[in-house]
Amino acid sequence: MNMPRTAKDKAAKLAPELKLRIHDHMVQARLTEELLIRLVRGGQGYFWIGAPGEEALGVPLGLLIDKGEGPDHDYLHLHYRSSPTVLTMGAQPIDLLRQMRSTATDPYSRGRNFVNHFAIKAWNIVPVTPTIETQYTVGPGTAWVQKRHGGTGISIITGGDAGTAEGDFATCLNWSTRPGHELPVLILIAHNGYGISTRAAETQASPHLHERAGPFGMRHGEVDGNDPEACYFALQAAIDYIRKERKPFCLQANVSRLYGHSSSSGAQLIKDERDCLVEYEARLEKEGLLSKDAAEAVHERWRAHLKEAYQQVLQEPMPDSADIWKHIFAPAQEV
Amino acid sequence: MANLAQAIRLALHYGEENLGVTDIFGEDVGPPLGGVFTATQGLKTTWNTPLDERGIIGTALGIAYAGGRPVAEIQFCDYVFNCIDLLKLCGNAHWSSAGEYNVPMVVMTPVGSGIHGSIYHSHSFESIASHIPGWKIVMPSNPLDAYGLMLAALKEPNPVMYLAPKALLRVKGEELIPGEPADEKTLNQMINAPLGDRSGWAPNWPKVEDFTVPLGKAKVCREGQRATVISYGRTLPLCVTAADELRKEGLDFDVIDLRTLYPLDMATLQGSLRKTGRVLIVNEDTEVTNFGEHVLRRLIDTCFYDLEAAPVLLAGADVPGVGLAWELERASVPQQPDILAAMRKLASEKA
Ligand SMILES: Cc1ncc(C[n+]2csc(CCOP(=O)(O)OP(=O)(O)O)c2C)c(N)n1
Repeated sequence: MNMPRTAKDKAAKLAPELKLRIHDHMVQARLTEELLIRLVRGGQGYFWIGAPGEEALGVPLGLLIDKGEGPDHDYLHLHYRSSPTVLTMGAQPIDLLRQMRSTATDPYSRGRNFVNHFAIKAWNIVPVTPTIETQYTVGPGTAWVQKRHGGTGISIITGGDAGTAEGDFATCLNWSTRPGHELPVLILIAHNGYGISTRAAETQASPHLHERAGPFGMRHGEVDGNDPEACYFALQAAIDYIRKERKPFCLQANVSRLYGHSSSSGAQLIKDERDCLVEYEARLEKEGLLSKDAAEAVHERWRAHLKEAYQQVLQEPMPDSADIWKHIFAPAQEV
Repeated sequence: MANLAQAIRLALHYGEENLGVTDIFGEDVGPPLGGVFTATQGLKTTWNTPLDERGIIGTALGIAYAGGRPVAEIQFCDYVFNCIDLLKLCGNAHWSSAGEYNVPMVVMTPVGSGIHGSIYHSHSFESIASHIPGWKIVMPSNPLDAYGLMLAALKEPNPVMYLAPKALLRVKGEELIPGEPADEKTLNQMINAPLGDRSGWAPNWPKVEDFTVPLGKAKVCREGQRATVISYGRTLPLCVTAADELRKEGLDFDVIDLRTLYPLDMATLQGSLRKTGRVLIVNEDTEVTNFGEHVLRRLIDTCFYDLEAAPVLLAGADVPGVGLAWELERASVPQQPDILAAMRKLASEKA
């Protein structure tokens, strides 16, 4: 597989506090997304697309990011299934509810964009776009600046499996591996087995998409995206390698799609997909770290938090129609 | 006198030294070639990219996001069409993030006919570019403006599309760029790479100075009463020559060089049309959904009752490409005689 060694190190263990923290963030992300789905079903938003089923991947990623502004820190070129990562980084669930309802208080787009389309300059999260795979052409740009700047900041690019068919994926492989100019890029493929409705097996010869990185001389690997600890170690190993070597890495995580593609396809719970949260709770219980009651208390805490947030958002104003004219051009600066 | 390609080079050099330009890049932009039109020879931040236009535009956006100041070249605008969605993302990043991010980047690309470029080196791009909101769009028609517009573009906190008319890249200016040596030979010796082995060569830059042509400001190149002619790029000097010719017949024209296509300098256009009552717009893009139609519509919105004659657009034939044979190219895009005829006809139309 070509993974850096630490990921294979079976003896490696996460501290109990970290395991519980991962669980807590997973619950936060799952319940936030489930509320978003209820909102769209109840007419409290126009469209939902999100990440239920990808928490085991997104939460560890959020924990491993060097958060901050500018090239000393990590740049994030995320796709629309990144709420577990961004919430783990410290985003507030209420802000996702705001974007879902398109309120004037939506801090990411002021009512202009779909939910889960973040833009947070203070954390180097560049605007999430609905255009599949375009982020793969932009990531090498931030990584290029980081490589020149020095330091340990890296550029992280996430996307799905179907999107790797776009030429932009190949662009990223090529631009990240120019001889002598290898870039500190993490390519993270969340493989959920589908485009919207098209099964991966229908259009892609191999389920191991990360192997496309091999001929570019890029290291790559694959991990069970339903296992948060495996994801934590795989991401940690990949990220450590990129930070230190200033070279790219391509990691594929095989994940579940628990509520289908988006609200357009009904956003119904799909019973035969693996559920990383259910599995992790069973494991933590078996390890004696989290009883059923304790797990339920975590859920209850987030349910209450979200309920309060929702009540708050209901009070908030919608954008003014005249707002369409704002922010077309940034004002001139003194040079 | 610098030619237009040299003027761009001098402006980029000024930008590297004074305006924080970090990256000038594209296909064959770095050494040894310095661009297929030599516009990037000898510059210190140039580099050669993979042959991948989407990578070029996306990387420019990333560099801008990370605090750099990129100038990306698309070798010919004919090859930017597969990047339209990325250009849209550059143009809407500020708006979609409600002001959180802005994108200070310049994309420069040679446009238009006039070098026997046939079907895939003769496209125009301004009509499509103007349909991508969030960009400012410029097109110089002489070296001094090329210099001043590039400096303005490099000072902008927003994406700027810099369209360079291919046919004029070798045309010399009539006015010196501030700091440019008066003697052309001296300039060539200072900044042109030698033919053959260039590995040991370095330019000796003249001390060019700050000179900005503000974005959104058209230039009145000739003044007259009879009619208004609006153009830009390759066809602009043809309009000026035609106006000088017709002046001998007693027909005098305002000839306006738009220089910036977005945002439009409506005040200058309206002022001229209110004076003359007649307007001809000349460009070489295909005539259906042509940028000139947009200019006409905006003028009609505000100056309809000032018109004395039907407004006219002289543009390229609506055919799929510019053919290589001169007989074909000549028939596809407006030439000097076509412009002269259109101006004479407009001037003599009954009010
Ligand atoms: C360039 C582009 N083409 C098509 C679409 C419509 N679309 C949205 S999501 C999607 C499927 C994406 O599948 P994948 O890359 O596997 O990611 P997933 O949504 O499964 O996580 C499609 C076709 C789009 N948004 N952008």
